[in-house]
Amino acid sequence: MVCKNCQERPVIKLTNSNIYLCKNCFIKYFEKKVKKTISDYKLIEKNDNIIIATSGGKDSTSLLYLLKKILKGRKDIKIIAIAIDEGIHNYRDKSLEFLKIFCQEHEVELKIFSYKEEFGKSLDEILKTYKGIPCSICGVLRRYLLNKKSKELKATKLATGHNLDDEAQSIVMNYFKNNIKISARLGPITGIKKDEKFIPRIKPLYFLTEKEVTAYAFLKGFMDKFNECPNSPYSYRGQIRDMLNDFEAKYPGTKHSIIMSFLELLPVLKENYRNNLHAINYCVSCSEPCSQKECKTCKYIKTVIKL
Amino acid sequence: MKIYLEKTNEYKDVEASTVKELLAKLKINPTTVIVIKNNELVSEDDKVSNKDEIKLLSVISGG
Ligand code: SF4
Ligand SMILES: [Zn+2]
Ligand SMILES: [Zn+2]
Repeated sequence: MVCKNCQERPVIKLTNSNIYLCKNCFIKYFEKKVKKTISDYKLIEKNDNIIIATSGGKDSTSLLYLLKKILKGRKDIKIIAIAIDEGIHNYRDKSLEFLKIFCQEHEVELKIFSYKEEFGKSLDEILKTYKGIPCSICGVLRRYLLNKKSKELKATKLATGHNLDDEAQSIVMNYFKNNIKISARLGPITGIKKDEKFIPRIKPLYFLTEKEVTAYAFLKGFMDKFNECPNSPYSYRGQIRDMLNDFEAKYPGTKHSIIMSFLELLPVLKENYRNNLHAINYCVSCSEPCSQKECKTCKYIKTVIKL
Repeated sequence: MKIYLEKTNEYKDVEASTVKELLAKLKINPTTVIVIKNNELVSEDDKVSNKDEIKLLSVISGG
C-alpha cells in the first residue's frame, strides 16, 4: 500500500473511501477540506470577530490552530478563544492546562469562564445532588455561557469544533426523539442573523470525521493523549455514537450518508420552521433568547443548582 | 505482542501480523481508534511484528 498521491508510506485510509494518504498528503487534504467548507458555506465574512469555543480537546485545538493559520494576514478579522470550565475534576482541569500553554504558544487571546463563578457551583458539585443525566444539564449551561459571553465580547461568529461524527449523532438523536425541529438549527452554519441576541455558529470541521481530526491532531503533535469526559459514556449521545460506529465498521460511509442526506433536507426544514425559528422569546429572568418564558439555565439555577 | 490501550490504560497481549488483524482480535472497532506503531501513525493495512511498540489511541473525546 502506498499514498495515492506520492507513493510514500500511508498513515491513514480515508473513512468513506479506499484512498490511502501519507502524512503530508493527509495534512494537505485535511486543511483543504476545512478551507473548502469555509468558502462553500461562507462561514467567515469581512470584518468578522470570531470567538472560538475551545476546550483543550483535539477538535477545538485543531480548529484554533487552523483558523489562526488560514486567517493569517487578514487584518480585518479578529480571533479570540474562549473556554468553559465546567469543573470536572481530573478531566477539564488537565485539558485547560494544556489549552493555556497552546494559546500562549500560538499567540491567541484566551478567556476562561467557569460554572463555579458564573452559577455558584462546579459540575462536580451540581452532580452531587442532581441525579439526572450529566450531559443534559452540562450541555444547557455550556451553550448558555458560550452565547452570553460571545455576545459580551461582541462576536459576530462563534466557531465550534464539531466534526462529522458529532453532527451525525445530533441528526440521529433528533430523529429518534422526534425533535426534527431542533435539527433545523444544525448544519455548517446556524443561527439567525437578524437576531443580535443569538450569535451565528460556524463549524469548519463539519466534513471531517472524528478519526480524521484525531489523526490530524496527532500528526501535528498537538497531543498524544485524548481524554474522555468521565460523564460521557452514560449519555444518550454516547450510545448513538457507539451504534453509528458499529454501522460504520460494517457499512463504511454510513456517517457521511447521514450528513449528505441531511444537508439535502436542511433547506426544507429551515423553510418549514422559519416562522418558528424566528419566534424567539427572551427569558423573563435573564433576557437570554429561549423558547419558553424562562430559559432552561435559569430553571436549573433555581431548582438543582441552588439546592 | 504487547499492545498499549491508552483509553483504559492497560496492556493486552495478542498475536497478529497486521493492524487490521490485531484490532479484530481485540474486538476493537477500527473507526474508534488510531494506531501508533513506534511513535508513528499507521493505517490498518500496516504490518506489525513482536519488535514493534504498538499504542491504540481512542478517537472519542466527548465534551
Ligand atoms: S461529556 Fe457531558 S458532562 Fe462531560 S463535558 Fe461534555 S456535556 Fe459536560
Ligand atoms: Zn502522499
Ligand atoms: Zn434565563
